[in-house]
Amino acid sequence: MMGTAAGFALSGKIVFASSFAIFATGRAWEQIRNSIASPNINVKIVGSHSGISVGEDGSSHQALEDIALMRVIPNMKIIVPADAIETEKAVFAAAEIQGPVYIRTSRPKTPVIFNENYEFHLGRGAVIRKGADITIIATGIMLNVALEAAVKLFNQKIDCRVVNMPTIKPIDREIIISSASETGAILTIEEHSIVGGLGSAVAEVLAEENRNAFFKGVGIPDKFGQSGTYEELFAFYGLTSENIMNEVLEILKKKRK
Amino acid sequence: MADCSSLEKMANTIRQDIITMLTNSCSGHPGGSLSSADILTVLYFHKMRINSKNPKWPDRDRFVMSKGHAAPVLYASLARAGFFDVSELLTLRKLGSILQGHPDYKLTPGVECSTGSLGQGLSIANGMALAGKLDKKDYRVYALIGDGESQEGQIWEAAMASAHYKLDNLCVIQDFNGLQIDGPVEEVMNVKPLPEKWRSFGFNVQEINGHDISEIISAFDKAEEEKGKPSIIIANTIKGKGVSFMEGQCKYHGTPPTKEEGDKCPVQPNHRFFVISTRLVFLTLV
Repeated sequence: MMGTAAGFALSGKIVFASSFAIFATGRAWEQIRNSIASPNINVKIVGSHSGISVGEDGSSHQALEDIALMRVIPNMKIIVPADAIETEKAVFAAAEIQGPVYIRTSRPKTPVIFNENYEFHLGRGAVIRKGADITIIATGIMLNVALEAAVKLFNQKIDCRVVNMPTIKPIDREIIISSASETGAILTIEEHSIVGGLGSAVAEVLAEENRNAFFKGVGIPDKFGQSGTYEELFAFYGLTSENIMNEVLEILKKKRK
Repeated sequence: MADCSSLEKMANTIRQDIITMLTNSCSGHPGGSLSSADILTVLYFHKMRINSKNPKWPDRDRFVMSKGHAAPVLYASLARAGFFDVSELLTLRKLGSILQGHPDYKLTPGVECSTGSLGQGLSIANGMALAGKLDKKDYRVYALIGDGESQEGQIWEAAMASAHYKLDNLCVIQDFNGLQIDGPVEEVMNVKPLPEKWRSFGFNVQEINGHDISEIISAFDKAEEEKGKPSIIIANTIKGKGVSFMEGQCKYHGTPPTKEEGDKCPVQPNHRFFVISTRLVFLTLV
């Protein structure tokens, strides 16, 4: 499928090629690398059913590595939309950009966060909630969970900034650097392996730009997924507002020492 | 009518270019370049509708070099067809060259897609042929695959799709030289029986002598007349064809000639080439 998409793109088309995220990025990785990304042609890969939220199908169908797989390929850009509106805007943005793009989508019904006036800009994060104590950087459907955690923490007088990071590559360095210096602590949250995804991308920027900021990456801890309901799996792997609250409190303890 | 004798001369020029390039680069794949030299000569100097001064002309015929390690024969053909200067051939595989070890779409005028990872070219050719149908264009797509390459599963997945979509604007050529890097294809992983396989996948099949210019021309013409299904030409060839000590030798799949071997000028005796310096120029005396 990816090879044929390359042929279409080489004939002047803007191609959207879609499959489950694990197969789109995993099975066809080398075709993407050699036939699409190296010649830098207009194939937009849409990986659906990403992460553990695919649920009962289990590990074989749960892409926890797809962002990492796409991130190492030169010319590739990666967008992880947080809701239906952002997905729609991202698709149009991807069509406008020259070269390959990976868009990561999810299976379950996802709360709509943005309204029709929302503007998507490739490579830019956005502060969704202002705050001064710590910054939570979220991507994809974890944005909603991060916002829930921020509201609950506010009741405990903890002032969380929440940044939506829909583009993982190129990553918005400026928003990471400014958030690190203004809040002194960063927590990332993603429905992906802690290896190679949002957390790694943010950590790379912090390692170069701000080694004083406290950092914690939350995601799937270098393990395969398993069968279960979406809600059970999120609880099992700590992708809940309660767990984010605990992680935030842990970081703030260190920060205040 | 095609002038077979001038095409034969061009094929020999291209063979000499291949030897010169590889002797100079000290790495690369002579065997499969030499086995397909006659096929590429017919495509680039007789059959394909191309314009070397406008390589991206939308109505051009496309050639996909799926067996990307045979890049030297592609580069020599493109240079001789005027896509870039012949002197570029001596930069093969050198730092900064437009001629990479395997074809690179971004760097080389006339190269239609990046290949080198075997098994992927037929899928790409399918996409080009489907795009041609979608755009109601009459260009044709040619894809050269290897026999060893046909051990890749993706070839057969693509073959299924070519027939499913009735891609009669697609012509596959299988360079059946019988050898791959590790030995005879039949011993490494047998791909036979090929005509039966392709027929059962829904292809119009022809078998030819891949070194006979007039047979090659007539096979391409017949393939073009076929409607409603894709075509394959199984070209029986000799690996290393034209260089006596390379013919039928596995070793020369991926081993370039030594300087001494290259200087012996092993191709046809009525053609000579001179390497005047490492930077330069070949003179071909016919």
